[in-house]
Amino acid sequence: MADLTRLTAAALAEAVAAGDVSAVEVTQAHLDRIGAVDASVHAFLHVNAEGALVAAKAVDERRAAGEELGPLAGVPLALKDVFTTADMPTTCGSKILDGWRPPYDATVTRRLREAGIVILGKTNLDEFAMGSSTENSAFGPTHNPWDLSRIPGGSGGGSSASLASYQAPLAIGTDTGGSIRQPASVTGTVGVKPTYGGTSRYGLVACASSLDQAGPCARTVLDAALLHEVIAGHDPMDSTSIDAPVPPVVDAARRGASSDLSGLRVGVVKELGGEGYQAGVETRFREAVALLSELGADVVEVSCPHFRYGLPAYYLILPSEVSSNLARFDAMRYGLRVGDDGTRSAEEVMSQTRGRGFGAEAKRRIMLGTYALSSGYYDAYYGQAQKVRTLIARDFETAFEQVDVLVSPTTPTTAFPIGERVDDPLAMYMADLCTIPSNLAGNAAASFPCGLADEDDLPVGLHVMAPVLADDRLYRVGAAVEQAYAQRWGGPLLARAPELEVDS
Amino acid sequence: MPSISRDEAAHLARLARLELAPDELDHLAGQLDVIAGYVARVSEVAADDIPPTSHALPMTNVFRADEPRPCLSSEAALAAAPDAEDGRFRVPRILGEEA
Repeated sequence: MADLTRLTAAALAEAVAAGDVSAVEVTQAHLDRIGAVDASVHAFLHVNAEGALVAAKAVDERRAAGEELGPLAGVPLALKDVFTTADMPTTCGSKILDGWRPPYDATVTRRLREAGIVILGKTNLDEFAMGSSTENSAFGPTHNPWDLSRIPGGSGGGSSASLASYQAPLAIGTDTGGSIRQPASVTGTVGVKPTYGGTSRYGLVACASSLDQAGPCARTVLDAALLHEVIAGHDPMDSTSIDAPVPPVVDAARRGASSDLSGLRVGVVKELGGEGYQAGVETRFREAVALLSELGADVVEVSCPHFRYGLPAYYLILPSEVSSNLARFDAMRYGLRVGDDGTRSAEEVMSQTRGRGFGAEAKRRIMLGTYALSSGYYDAYYGQAQKVRTLIARDFETAFEQVDVLVSPTTPTTAFPIGERVDDPLAMYMADLCTIPSNLAGNAAASFPCGLADEDDLPVGLHVMAPVLADDRLYRVGAAVEQAYAQRWGGPLLARAPELEVDS
Repeated sequence: MPSISRDEAAHLARLARLELAPDELDHLAGQLDVIAGYVARVSEVAADDIPPTSHALPMTNVFRADEPRPCLSSEAALAAAPDAEDGRFRVPRILGEEA
């Protein structure tokens, strides 16, 4: 059999279901790959080899007993370390939760297990999912498999890097301002942020509750769609979960693969380009737009005039929610406790623990949120940002009266060098310029590979945005361009990534 | 234009229960001032008559049936506690010395 780590999730599941290979063999192949390359990539914070093999064996036993298996049964997955797992630590990339073992599984975790998906371990992230590079992880950065001196995106850089280095065929991310889509863009992989409320937030440790959304990450559009259907759907444990059928994303991915986009109306967002955008990113983006036309889509330019206020509004709303959400890390019930020597009060222990346990970005955002919510500033900052949020949602509504999907580059640049922006917060925030509007409005959006930038041979992403609960349109477009590019390039983009050195 | 002085940053850190070293405070105060200047751009938008949006999608309150269901055992809830005593969380004193 071919190298199991190079196959798609769909192909692996088929091979397991047909009995051509066992789930245990598939899992072992990926654990071996982790052992061979993760010392240099650092995608994983925790690898659960034993648990993964037990889960894989259970799938093999169910198959042997003649049970009908789900479409991804026996396929390994890398889980972002911001979802609770009763059998593995959950750190959120923070010292304040170092070694914490939650007493329960997140709904996403539970649904993965029930589908027979094998969770290999937990992936690295910026602390509490706050960042665009994974450099804010308390446990060290993840490296981009295309160039180990560069960032793999963030916050879900561990998940994107695990896919791009063939350590896992599937991964789960979370997207608050772009944390699924920007890592996908800079690693040449696929990442989808479902409609807000499309996937459960129960057991997803909160960054900003009104923006956070879990979603699928994969190397192919169909694999992402199959994973989307596993994790999506109503959950009574999350009061913001949408009680409606999951959009038909797998059908859309299969239909899209015919590469016929006749009748699809595409809007190019005028405001997402120009100054600050890398030339090679803009060139590949323009080609992607031309490709959409060639595939039959009607392409027009549309204006979303308030998008330019998305980033400042986001950096008021998000820190405000973060400052409230991270107040739960108080050194009392779980996590780190520092300075409890019998003389210090609870308040002093709390301050010392939080001062020691949180990294610089968490502190910046907690303090900024505390500022934005203080009396005297509330109306001018938080209140005004919420109004801007309404205007951005209205820009989308107006645009979606004319077109079915909107497109832009996913992020203004390719992967930047590790260290370049780590102490320049505003420069780091710019990485999410194009992705933030969909978080503020709650609609569905995704990033798909669209080539390598000429100046650095690094991946560029095509960003597609669709209306609320029209997630299936993303997959139709994604599958169509994936198929067309594969023909043009003679294979997937990732085939052009350099081979990593393998530790023996 | 808004600005965040070092004193104001120290006040924010106290409110947020973050003990910061002096050099850390210097560094963060400067960065916060830059970020606050940037985010103040939201004030350029004329939005007096625009309703605020607090959540991505319109939501109404969600109810469930008031029925008992299993919950965590006290052992499970205490398993990750920094300190526990007699089946409870043990915490540092919460009142000042004089109490």
